[in-house]
Amino acid sequence: MAEADRKRRVRLAITLTLLTVLLLAAGLAAGSDGWSLRALWAMLQGSDAALIVGQIRAPRTLGAWLTGALLGLAGATAQGLFRNPLADPYLLGSASGATLGVVLVLAASALVGHGISLATADALARIGLVAAAFAGALLGVLLTLALARGAEQTTRLLLAGVVVGVVLAALNDMVTSAAPDALRGKQAFLLGSTGFLGWASCAALGTGLVLALPMAWRLSRALDALTLGEDSARSLGLRLARVRTALVAALALATGLAVSQAGLIAFVGLVAPHLVRRFAPAPHGFTLVASAAAGGTLLLMADVLARSLIAPQEVPVGVLTALLGGGYLLWLLRKRRFA
Amino acid sequence: MTGASNGLDLLCAHGISVALGSTQALRDVTLTLRPGWTAIVGPNGAGKSTLLRALAGLQQVDAGRVSFIGRPITQWNARALAQQLAWLAQQGEATGELTVREVVHLGRLPQLGLFTAPGPADEASVDAALVDAECTGWQHRRLHELSGGERQRVLLARALATGAPWLLLDEPTTHLDPLHQVALVRLLRRHAACSTAVVSVLHDLSLALLADRLVVLADGRLRAEGVPGDPDLHAALVDVFGGALRIERLGERWIPVAELEN
Repeated sequence: MAEADRKRRVRLAITLTLLTVLLLAAGLAAGSDGWSLRALWAMLQGSDAALIVGQIRAPRTLGAWLTGALLGLAGATAQGLFRNPLADPYLLGSASGATLGVVLVLAASALVGHGISLATADALARIGLVAAAFAGALLGVLLTLALARGAEQTTRLLLAGVVVGVVLAALNDMVTSAAPDALRGKQAFLLGSTGFLGWASCAALGTGLVLALPMAWRLSRALDALTLGEDSARSLGLRLARVRTALVAALALATGLAVSQAGLIAFVGLVAPHLVRRFAPAPHGFTLVASAAAGGTLLLMADVLARSLIAPQEVPVGVLTALLGGGYLLWLLRKRRFA
Repeated sequence: MTGASNGLDLLCAHGISVALGSTQALRDVTLTLRPGWTAIVGPNGAGKSTLLRALAGLQQVDAGRVSFIGRPITQWNARALAQQLAWLAQQGEATGELTVREVVHLGRLPQLGLFTAPGPADEASVDAALVDAECTGWQHRRLHELSGGERQRVLLARALATGAPWLLLDEPTTHLDPLHQVALVRLLRRHAACSTAVVSVLHDLSLALLADRLVVLADGRLRAEGVPGDPDLHAALVDVFGGALRIERLGERWIPVAELEN
């Protein structure tokens, strides 16, 4: 590896680590009355401190990072898999599948007479929503795989993802027009939120990251080979259908978990790998890991901002990531004058 | 031609036909390739690349079969085949952020598989391939920063790094300047001379006529096959290129000469 490349990777790793540490601290300090370390300290003296910091802020902060990490990993995997820098984790039907799961649960509970919304979800209902979103995301991806008859051809896979997205979105609309109560919950879900992340969420997200990251990382050389083109990758002895299926599984697991815990958070999965490639271009082995770290940092940053910008009110974190991500892409567009 | 042909070390097409959409790309082609350098020539759309892809096991055939070392190519384990046959794509559709050296390293995948880290022997193969394809000077640049000819040489080095005894190269001289075209021809002759078989699709007849054998395709059919001095081969070449050229002798060699008058 050239010395310059190595330095850039080390610099990115240090930057991401420092940012994460700073933001974790900020996340613990950020509360409904703005954030300052003094407020954190004062609260730690008080008797409620342990409860607020330990049961609310700490899991939310950690959970935001883990969700972002899963999205960053899924984005880098999708972009490598489809050889397209604009691919995002939601391409394969997981977003519309998860939304449908949530909408169905909300509509069903409205029909039974227990109106729940994401904002007032009590523990049991929340578990039901999380499970429905996760199952929906996985089913969406499975449906896409079935329509594409496996992961052998990327174009077919992408098209199938589009079809599944459109059809499931139509089903969503049908259900919400039949049970309008589900609409509010659906909207809150689509916006994305880090507000419901507790320790149980962190455990689920952490487990997902521990499973999906090594799985994708082990196959990173296949993603490198795919940059040469599909035939060239095949001529190097890779069994593409098998490799792709495993990568889609890692992608679906990461996306499904992130979506089920935090809703549809936009742009983190798209932008994190971009940032990594921009600051430290590297083979996929590095890009995957660094994109996870960058995704975690980005979402945690958005979460801290969302909590403190107009405290005690909160900006929905999905709105912030969309603004930040859109802004970044716009900047990229202006910087790179496409001839 | 070198290497004793014992009937086992051969790559053969037995009456293969391939349809690409509504186009019949190959029609009943039967061909045996031997060690040495074979050039596949023919007009645009003759089926040259399809033939090479079929020989590499990358293209399913609709009829007939391809066999390699006495076994149908479809029965080969993917990695075992990749260790024997290296294939170079026609146009580098390579994208991404890899450096030249990282790209050439991918050539070691057939030996290593996905999960084994490269060792000193792999580094040595990569170094040798970089030297062979004259890429050593800029091995830390990124692929997308290179010119077309430089990329072509890197991708060639990637194929060489596999260490496979059979090289299947689709238009390896694309984008190369005359200096590097000649360097490539020397490289191919060198490899063909030490028991490696080289099969290359070539547009440039003057380069193709330097090969040990030529295969002439037109309209998906095998039209002729033979050594560069073969008069039947010359007749077929004149025919498939519509009389636009004739083949003349220049010392030991044969060269194409354009016919400027009808």
